[in-house]
Amino acid sequence: MIEIKNLTKRYGNKLAVDDVSFTVNKGEILGFLGPNGAGKSTTMNILTGYLSATEGQAIIDGFDILENPTEAKKKIGYLPEQPPLYVDMTVDEYLDFMYDLKKVRVGASKKTHISEICELVKISHVRKRMIRNLSKGYKQRVGIAQALLGNPEVLILDEPTVGLDPKQIIEIRTLIKSLSESHTVILSSHILPEIQAVCDRVIVISQGRLVADDTETNLSNKLSDDVRYTIRIDGPEKEVLSMLRSIPAMTEVQALGKREKGVYEYIIEAEKGFDIRREVFKRLSSRNWPIMSLKSSELTLEDIFLQLTEGRTDINMMPAAEKEPEEKAEPAAEAEEQEDGGDEE
Amino acid sequence: MSAILRREFATYFRAPLGYIYLAIFYFFGGQFFSAVLYSMTNSIGTVFSSMFTVLMFTIPLLTMRLMSEDKRLKTDQALLTAPVSLNGIVWGKFLAAFALFGIGIAITILYFLILSSMATPQWNIFLGNLLGIILLGGSLISIGMFISSLTESQMIAAIGGFAAMFFVFMIDSIASIMPVAWLGAIFEQLSFLTRYNDFTSGILDFSNILFFLSVVVVFNFLTVRILERKRWS
Repeated sequence: MIEIKNLTKRYGNKLAVDDVSFTVNKGEILGFLGPNGAGKSTTMNILTGYLSATEGQAIIDGFDILENPTEAKKKIGYLPEQPPLYVDMTVDEYLDFMYDLKKVRVGASKKTHISEICELVKISHVRKRMIRNLSKGYKQRVGIAQALLGNPEVLILDEPTVGLDPKQIIEIRTLIKSLSESHTVILSSHILPEIQAVCDRVIVISQGRLVADDTETNLSNKLSDDVRYTIRIDGPEKEVLSMLRSIPAMTEVQALGKREKGVYEYIIEAEKGFDIRREVFKRLSSRNWPIMSLKSSELTLEDIFLQLTEGRTDINMMPAAEKEPEEKAEPAAEAEEQEDGGDEE
Repeated sequence: MSAILRREFATYFRAPLGYIYLAIFYFFGGQFFSAVLYSMTNSIGTVFSSMFTVLMFTIPLLTMRLMSEDKRLKTDQALLTAPVSLNGIVWGKFLAAFALFGIGIAITILYFLILSSMATPQWNIFLGNLLGIILLGGSLISIGMFISSLTESQMIAAIGGFAAMFFVFMIDSIASIMPVAWLGAIFEQLSFLTRYNDFTSGILDFSNILFFLSVVVVFNFLTVRILERKRWS
């Protein structure tokens, strides 16, 4: 459906996009992940014909965006980073204009089509209002409505949930997921849980280069083959440590420190293909040291992201638990909280 | 193109700009016309020749936000990613400004009808004058729009527009102070005023028509190039 070949974009001496190639199949939701300034928006702008590539090709459903721009653009609904809204128009006037501008041809009449889309993104009750007076969240939805006009086969959404409140974010994500049944979607974000929640496939881009292209699960598997666990044990730290180290298949044991009264946390890692959990349980129970928690410390998308974009190699030594040693929250809550922290990079 | 034309035209009346433009235009037009009535002449040409200056000051009002506003609001992303050619965008906007300009000069038809109720109408002179002002307006609009495409700020576009209009106005004086004869001759050929005065004095010269049409085509083409350049930079 979408084919990008050796795309390169140069701004003077600065290389914004560096030899990026990928394809997106019909009906796929592709997550486009990268830190700010990685080249996500530039790639999307090239894909939609707003910018021209210095080198390389972008092909939408068989139409090259440079050679056949009109045909290619008809297939695309685009929501840029900043929704292109004429703020001096009402929502109705604006959508009416965009409908004409995009030369939409759908089975239904213009009026029904626009009504359906307003229903879908839940802006029906603000249709008579000036866009200028709408809140950020509603402006964003009008932007999404505009992209959906004419049911384009390809939807390109540049950070669609920016500026929305958590409830709206969930609504928009659900909407995007439901759209993928009839559309091919490319979604950019620097918010990792968003990509995790919505996308089938993830492309990670950093400093203009493609650093990963795979499903989310495969990505975490590739980067961590080892069987690693974070474990909390109620028992004297030194003795527990030496006992854990005495297990034959154990390759690494690391103490992380005290977590609760008398409870210490450790990281354990076993040989590949060896499930260490049973052995650990037997030995600990024989000494009457209860296991307070045991969780697999597979890499989260955050870790993958940092590893890929910063070229960090020490990621295996830095499980999620160690980032905030004082944090006693559950891992799920931790991931939510890191949502904001992750943006900084 | 028609969607852009309709939107731009409607925008003039969404803000007071369109009304202000028409009010200024009608005020001065009325004043010039009353001078014709007072002097008991049936020559409408003086209205048109005086209009040259009015156009200089009003056209930048029409063109200042045409391209700059889209850049500032990033709505150019909607236009440039829609299945419309760059020519469609530029000509759509040009025609919207031109349509409002047309509503302004249509008042001269009323003047002519009033005049012809009192004296023998000079149809061909009136039509020649009307053609002249249409061509002059069109070329000034395309120059103003080109300047608007160079900036994101309406104010700069307006000031730049006035400067360009002033330059157009000054071409004759520049030509007269040129130390080299052939350079002066070139500037004389570029004189909007001389060519426009041909129309108002009742001369219909095909080269003048061609001159103004070329200005429109050249500056609209340059505006397209500016949009195109943005893509590549």
